[in-house]
Amino acid sequence: MAYRLKEVARKPERFSSGHRMCAGCGAPIVVRQVLRALKPEDHAVIGCATGCLEVSSFLYPYTSWRDSFIHNAFENSAATISGAEAAYNALKKKGKITGETKFIAFGGDGGTYDIGLQSLSGAMERGHDMVYVCYDNGAYMNTGIQRSSATPLYADTTTSPAGSKIPGKMQWRKDLTEIMVKHHLPYVAQTAPLGNMKDLYEKAEKAIYTKGPCFLNVLAPCPRGWRYDAENLMEISKLAVETCFWPLYEVIDGKYVINYKPKNKLPVKEFLKTQGRFRHLFRAGNEYMIEQIQAEVDRRWEELLRLAGEA
Amino acid sequence: MAIRERMSGNEAVAFAMKQINPDVVAAFPITPSTEIPQYFSTYVSNGEVDTEFIAVESEHSAMSACIGAQAAGGRAMTATSANGLALMWECLYIAACSRLPIVMAVVNRTMSGPLNIHNDHSDSMGARDSGWIQLYSENNQEAYDNMLMAHRIAEHPSVMLPVMVCQDGFITSHAVENIELVEDDKVKAFVGEYNPVHYLLNRDNPISMGPLDHFTHTFEHKRQQAQAMMNAKNVILEVAREFEKLTGRKYGFFEEYRTEDAETVIVVLNSTAGTVKYVVDQMRKEGKKVGLIKPRVYRPFPVDEIASALSRFKAIAVMDKADSFNAAGGPLFTDVTSAMYAKSVFGPKVINYIYGLGGRDVRTDDIELVFNNLLKIVETGEVGSVYNYLGVRE
Repeated sequence: MAYRLKEVARKPERFSSGHRMCAGCGAPIVVRQVLRALKPEDHAVIGCATGCLEVSSFLYPYTSWRDSFIHNAFENSAATISGAEAAYNALKKKGKITGETKFIAFGGDGGTYDIGLQSLSGAMERGHDMVYVCYDNGAYMNTGIQRSSATPLYADTTTSPAGSKIPGKMQWRKDLTEIMVKHHLPYVAQTAPLGNMKDLYEKAEKAIYTKGPCFLNVLAPCPRGWRYDAENLMEISKLAVETCFWPLYEVIDGKYVINYKPKNKLPVKEFLKTQGRFRHLFRAGNEYMIEQIQAEVDRRWEELLRLAGEA
Repeated sequence: MAIRERMSGNEAVAFAMKQINPDVVAAFPITPSTEIPQYFSTYVSNGEVDTEFIAVESEHSAMSACIGAQAAGGRAMTATSANGLALMWECLYIAACSRLPIVMAVVNRTMSGPLNIHNDHSDSMGARDSGWIQLYSENNQEAYDNMLMAHRIAEHPSVMLPVMVCQDGFITSHAVENIELVEDDKVKAFVGEYNPVHYLLNRDNPISMGPLDHFTHTFEHKRQQAQAMMNAKNVILEVAREFEKLTGRKYGFFEEYRTEDAETVIVVLNSTAGTVKYVVDQMRKEGKKVGLIKPRVYRPFPVDEIASALSRFKAIAVMDKADSFNAAGGPLFTDVTSAMYAKSVFGPKVINYIYGLGGRDVRTDDIELVFNNLLKIVETGEVGSVYNYLGVRE
């Protein structure tokens, strides 16, 4: 069935409004769209790592989650959901539960790339029928914008501050999507909240309804950490894709598919200049930083094209 | 008819788990508890249980998966030791505050560092304030029996707390001894079905678990958790009475051994109690009025009962197989003496021995030395040193 935003938007809301996520934050948009991909008749057990999403969506005694939801700790969203999925299998065999339940774990880049990487890797390797969704905003935003291994090179964060000697984060970002591809999962995809959300929706649907462990890495811009005005969220998300800073692609049973190839690949500075965390890159004498980032973005894009057989 | 067998403590625990047939077991190997998931995964492989076995990549994930499984509405179990228990530490608190009646076999081993695979109690003592009920076991039989009672205690509506069943690494976990097992059908009937009220897989009544609670509600939730631990006292005794009807084996908060006319007693946990019993018998032959108090239930701590029981003696040695590094005494000593003080039991002289750290052998002459010191205290009225080390080279 062809994707129609109007129809998708009419599906029952599973992540209700009234949560405390910031205006202009990508994460709740990602969550709503992912959950819309669930069939209305299916129940979901949703896990969430400690982070902005958890502390803003489930403040006792209020919850935004209409499905069953569990927050355990920072680093164990994947392991927690793997346990719930195992219990489901056991209880289903015993005939104690009926109907279809899907298992989704959310985590930010802190809870996924860093402290939760082991838990994620373990759960994926064990083959639980679940989806792990990383909403990647490129730093530990909940504790106040500290660098993570997902933070881009030279970004100014509170633990990689752009100073007079050290100009921000000195390392490239870790390529978690590729790390998950190398787990040889049935479905891995990289996506972003974009336009009519077709890419995100369809990938969420595939991930949820592909049997086995699936992984989605979703770009989720953060107005506080990236320093942009709330209304620019969708524009920044689009620029991340148009510059190939954040390519949209999926790997189905090991086969790479690039979902969007920009006709005119924009220079990465178009993405960088929209955000305060990269402001120091635009000072006179720092041109080399943008050049380095451009070179690395190009290199990774070329590599992706090669993997997809399009180089 | 009960089944007479010979089993190690680990096999006894694994066998209890097989009879309980939980929905999920998530475990990671660590000496000396490794055999438990080994035995259990064999039961799974041979179709002897209905359990989903999750061979997790760490103990942190073992406890995390148990939390997920139990929250989902299943019965979840695990086993661990020492550093494995420490790696679970964060999740132990979450399991308890989420009121998830998970049952875990702890095979006591020395906490690193230095690295040491042998037995002491530094692992479970570190978790004593995590909100878990702690049951201690002298031998394979008690470990088995405690496992059978654990779910009944944990899942009682007035409790809803996780339980750890502790036994001594190698000393009882690996030693093969006689054991009396309960028949499968009787275990099944005794343990019963797990019917949670609120659980994630209930699609008709979805719930959210693990909130950000803040200062507006956390204190109330902690108070309820504390109440559950208080409620556990009665439940532990009720379940023990029922278990006695089933097996003839009697359990309480602690065991008293030859204490009727005793003037001095040793208070000690787990396998060392067996050694103390032997020494008590020997010294009794010489007319010495010595006895033993062996706590089985350490959390909740039976303050009234233990203070009242100890009030009858003249001198008491509390033996700790873990140090608190507080320059004052081990954890059991601190709890026993504060219980006595709180209940105005000022008569007995009480001293502490830290013993057996890192699995150092505790021999009968070590125990005799403790009793002789107690008898001297009774004779002279002089306590001398309160905080002592037994069997260490200094």
